[in-house]
Amino acid sequence: MAESLLELAGVRKDYVAGPVVTPVLHGIDLALAPGEFTALVGPSGSGKSTLLNLIGLLDRPTAGTIRLAGRDTATLDERALTRCRGRTIGFVFQFHHLLPEFTALENVMLPMMAGKGRPDREMAEGAAGLLREVGLGEVLDRRAARLSGGQAQRVAVARALALAPRLVLADEPTGNLDTRTADGIFALLRRFNREAGIAFLVVTHDPRLADRCDRIVELIDGRIVADRPSRKEPA
Amino acid sequence: MPFELFVALRFLREGRAQTALILGGTTVGVAVMVFVTALIGGLQALLVEQTLSSQAHVTLRRPERVARVLPAAAGEGVAAVIEKVPERDRSVESWPEALARVRAAPGVVAAAPTAAGSAFASRAEVSKSVALRGIEPESFDAVIRVARKLRAGALRVNGTEAVIGTVLAADLGLGVGDKLRLAAADGRSDVFTVSGVFDFGNRDVNQRWVLVSLRAAQTLLDLEGGITTIEVKVADPFQAEALAADLAERTGLVADSWMRVNHQLLTALRSQRASALTIEAFVVLAVALGIASVLGVSVLQRSRQIGILRATGTSTGAVLRVFLAEGALVGLAGSGTGCALGAALALAFSNLAKNPYGEAVIPVELSPRLFVLASLVAIGTGVVSALYPARHAARLDPAQVIRYG
Repeated sequence: MAESLLELAGVRKDYVAGPVVTPVLHGIDLALAPGEFTALVGPSGSGKSTLLNLIGLLDRPTAGTIRLAGRDTATLDERALTRCRGRTIGFVFQFHHLLPEFTALENVMLPMMAGKGRPDREMAEGAAGLLREVGLGEVLDRRAARLSGGQAQRVAVARALALAPRLVLADEPTGNLDTRTADGIFALLRRFNREAGIAFLVVTHDPRLADRCDRIVELIDGRIVADRPSRKEPA
Repeated sequence: MPFELFVALRFLREGRAQTALILGGTTVGVAVMVFVTALIGGLQALLVEQTLSSQAHVTLRRPERVARVLPAAAGEGVAAVIEKVPERDRSVESWPEALARVRAAPGVVAAAPTAAGSAFASRAEVSKSVALRGIEPESFDAVIRVARKLRAGALRVNGTEAVIGTVLAADLGLGVGDKLRLAAADGRSDVFTVSGVFDFGNRDVNQRWVLVSLRAAQTLLDLEGGITTIEVKVADPFQAEALAADLAERTGLVADSWMRVNHQLLTALRSQRASALTIEAFVVLAVALGIASVLGVSVLQRSRQIGILRATGTSTGAVLRVFLAEGALVGLAGSGTGCALGAALALAFSNLAKNPYGEAVIPVELSPRLFVLASLVAIGTGVVSALYPARHAARLDPAQVIRYG
């Protein structure tokens, strides 16, 4: 197996609220290979989102190390973390989390602009290309607030891919979509995984979708209780 | 367009109600600033102008004679009562040289020799005490603008011509071309022809001033070619005091500036300016609080969007700059509308009240400098008041926001 894209060793996370310390993750060891499509499953409150935030460098662990593309993220300051997050990781959230004030095209361009400082033609073309790939060539200039749930989540996928990340983290990307739309989004993620070799870590409650991933990691009460290849080969 | 400006503009455009609120507040604030400053500035300029219209910035005259006590012989004491020597208007010694020196001094715009003294103006049985001023029309008009104040006739004092004020003209029933007799205290007198009537908007001046030629005044006042004062106009009236000291040193004469003569007026002007500044400071404070609170609410409402921006690679610095840019943009836009509104208010106000000659009673002073200053204050206030909400926005935890936001 090639070098790990992501490596977690002994990662713990406690939430502190005043005198109350709530341990959420108890020593997580996990490695993701480049191009791997992994499902993260588990009941509510098992720590899936917390783990995803740690991996996404949105939060720092209480203990343990997180190595992303060979670098120990504990050594990075806030600025470097932001840069690293922008370049290496893409996010798809459960609720699409698009900026309603901006158009579909601008939402995809935002991460690009944040990196480069100002928009340019190349950026707009790249973003439009991504939106066409997710089947939204018709609604480039429509406000995010006026897109349907499925369309918005497709824009979110395109945004996650805007900076050509090596890893995309998806927190229940199909959680609030009907089955047909959910299947469409999932197929889209799968396609980018296969065509561009992007690794995915997808949090899902849906066993049907989990079975279509390469690997299933099960989290219960802040511990990994199962880590196995999926039963079915992906379609 | 930079990323931060792009996002700031869009947030402002989409948050219509809030943007309208902040803009409204900033506009009113800037308008009040412009209006108050224009009004106070205009009022002060008017007061100074009115004071200076009939007064030279600096007046030079001969030093008073000082009565000296005779030195006592050794071992003797002297008890003396010193009385001021009563003096006739005495002429300035070798005044052409003094005048040349004054005219050459830096900061002096114009200087005029005058021969002044008191006299009586009479026609038929009516006699009025007047202040006689012998002048050279050209040099005098350069110091005190009489020609502009003429309501009839011309500023002409050839031979036995005299220019008088409206009140004296009314008192003696005189018009241009009429005759009056001018008599000095020691009985010398002559008949003059009224060549012009002025109105300085000052009853005392209009009643008392009688302008004649330098030569005629010298004859009446028995000055034998002498003058009593050199009247000076300076480039910056508010530097008159300093310049007066300089001129006194250059000529050896006594110099009085209008500032010393009108000390109370200056004190009033200063306190007026201070109260205007106080009003403006509170207006700026109110505008700042308004901007800060509305932007603060907008940060709270946008915390989800801020979290998303942060999660998708926007740095904390960029988030900070987005909200600072919002503050600056609001200040910029508000200063534009505020300057327009303030200027409109000021002009409307000065158009309301006009004097019989069609001039504004209170002219307002709208200078480009005022607009630039008001805009800078507004933009600065916008940025400073955006600082707190912007810092709050930059500190939002993206993970928290995405999860619960």
